[in-house]
Amino acid sequence: MIENHLSLLIVVLPLLTAPILAALPNGRMPWTISTLVSWAVFAMACMQLINVSTGNVISYELGGWAPPWGIEYRIDVVNALVALIVSGIAAVTLPYALKSVEKEIPQHQHSLFYAAFMLCFTGLLGITLTGDIFNLFVFLEISSLSSYALISLGKKRQALTASYQYLIMGTIGATFFIIGVGLLYAMTGTLNMMDLSQRLPELYEHRTIHTAFAFIMVGFALKLALFPLHLWLPNAYTYAPTVVTIFLAATATKVAVYVMLRVVFSVFGITFIEDTPADELFMILCVVGILMMSFYAIYQHDSKRLLAYSSVAQIGYMMLGIGIGSALGVTATLVHVFNHALMKGALFMAIGAIVYQVGSSRLEHMSGLGKQMPWTFAAIVIGGLSLIGVPGTAGFISKWYLILAAIEKQHWLIVVVILAGSLLAVIYVWKLVEVLYFKPVNETGQNTPSQNISIKEAPLMLLIPTWVLVIANVYFGFNTELTVGTAEQAVKLLLPDVN
Amino acid sequence: MDLIIGHYNYWLVIIIMMAGFYTVISRGNLIKKIVGLNIFQVSVFILYISIGNVKDGAVPIIEKGVTLYSNPLPHVLILTAIVVGVATTALGLALVIRIKEAYGTIEEDEIHNQDQSL
Repeated sequence: MIENHLSLLIVVLPLLTAPILAALPNGRMPWTISTLVSWAVFAMACMQLINVSTGNVISYELGGWAPPWGIEYRIDVVNALVALIVSGIAAVTLPYALKSVEKEIPQHQHSLFYAAFMLCFTGLLGITLTGDIFNLFVFLEISSLSSYALISLGKKRQALTASYQYLIMGTIGATFFIIGVGLLYAMTGTLNMMDLSQRLPELYEHRTIHTAFAFIMVGFALKLALFPLHLWLPNAYTYAPTVVTIFLAATATKVAVYVMLRVVFSVFGITFIEDTPADELFMILCVVGILMMSFYAIYQHDSKRLLAYSSVAQIGYMMLGIGIGSALGVTATLVHVFNHALMKGALFMAIGAIVYQVGSSRLEHMSGLGKQMPWTFAAIVIGGLSLIGVPGTAGFISKWYLILAAIEKQHWLIVVVILAGSLLAVIYVWKLVEVLYFKPVNETGQNTPSQNISIKEAPLMLLIPTWVLVIANVYFGFNTELTVGTAEQAVKLLLPDVN
Repeated sequence: MDLIIGHYNYWLVIIIMMAGFYTVISRGNLIKKIVGLNIFQVSVFILYISIGNVKDGAVPIIEKGVTLYSNPLPHVLILTAIVVGVATTALGLALVIRIKEAYGTIEEDEIHNQDQSL
């Protein structure tokens, strides 16, 4: 009985939890409930992935209305994998949240904070699982609106302007997306993605379809912070509360990349894309984005901002796979979506542990802390190695596939850029390591919120979730059955003609 | 000529859309930006409602003797989009109030200067 409704329960459970949390008094209760819910959703997402891992597709009719009229939830390997990432990250972020939120967010806002967090979680899961393109827009706005609210809860007043900036750019992106959807509906008379993909091929030449495609691409490029539409991201990640940064960095942009994959390959189809300049454009933007954003990351003085710029560069790697458009390229994109969620989650958690102890994320306030916080420091080193793409870590696997894809299509420039991007990553990761380990401890305490000499290792409640992700980074560097295996299955669905 | 008069609602959509979009980009006042954003969104509402119109179609209520109806689905979709728009505006304005409390101004360049001088 439950199994039949699994697809819907994953989305509805956190959705129903949110208003209950908002009504609860502040205290431990909202945290306990949301953690349990995230674990339950993670378990359901695992079951879901096992159900579809053989390549079959689950179609769930919402309210019993048959598609294409009713809203359909369509689960295949692609979105089951993304749902697993989102729920998995939520399941490790929420245990971490207890201590971090206690310190960063005023007591009287706790239950509302967790309610907004659950709404954001619902929105991201909804985007991944729905098979209806307008339903996708609704979930997009649920997740966006709640993330604007979450970002604005940051301690510094810049959090407010960062959130406002994100609100303006995010709304423009979402509105572009519905303009595109409206044009598609005007031409095809359907909103169901599968139905759209069947009706579109005969309309490929039509200018309205091309316009719709352009609007949807630009709209989602804004959402996923593709260079040069990334301006909202560094501020939002820097000033948001730590937990929000971890969650958004590891999931929100990944979900947007998934939508790109879905729209480009499932709805429009690869033959359409090859006729448009979109794939070349993606490649050019990604190449420039990877190099420029990695350079920017090197010159940052704030650790969260450094990682935020590195995120924009990493999004370049993901979109590069879509731009290449081959089976190997899409495999690389999906694997990197998974692996980048792990590495950025681990890194932001480790930085968050330092922020918890020091009260600041600026590099000059962190000098010498590596010796006093060895476990946090080790987590940053391993996460950093994964970000660079050193063999033995998850990051290596995705870069390996990306380079293979570039070589296969003989894009030599891209191979060079990927390698150069990794070298730049070495520099900015080294910058973190240097400050944390080789700089002398800031003894005077001048300009620092607390004296560094007395700082101890972060509490276990922060270290355990961090190390879960760090160990996952190493584990998926050796065992690629889940990541690459599932991604290859997914590619068979996304690119049926290529195989 | 028919391209202009026959599709006057679409031309209206484009004009409103550009006016709203331009306001969002060019104005430094945070409230004016939100007004621009609203105008931008309203243009999309009109676009959807125009799509739903069927030539000579009646109001989509079942009635004897009427066989041709306008398409009600875009209208329903746009009801959802209106709700989303209201929520966005409310959240945006709430943020502007908080920004005013924190900075004492709602002009973008003044806020920028205050952050730079720190």
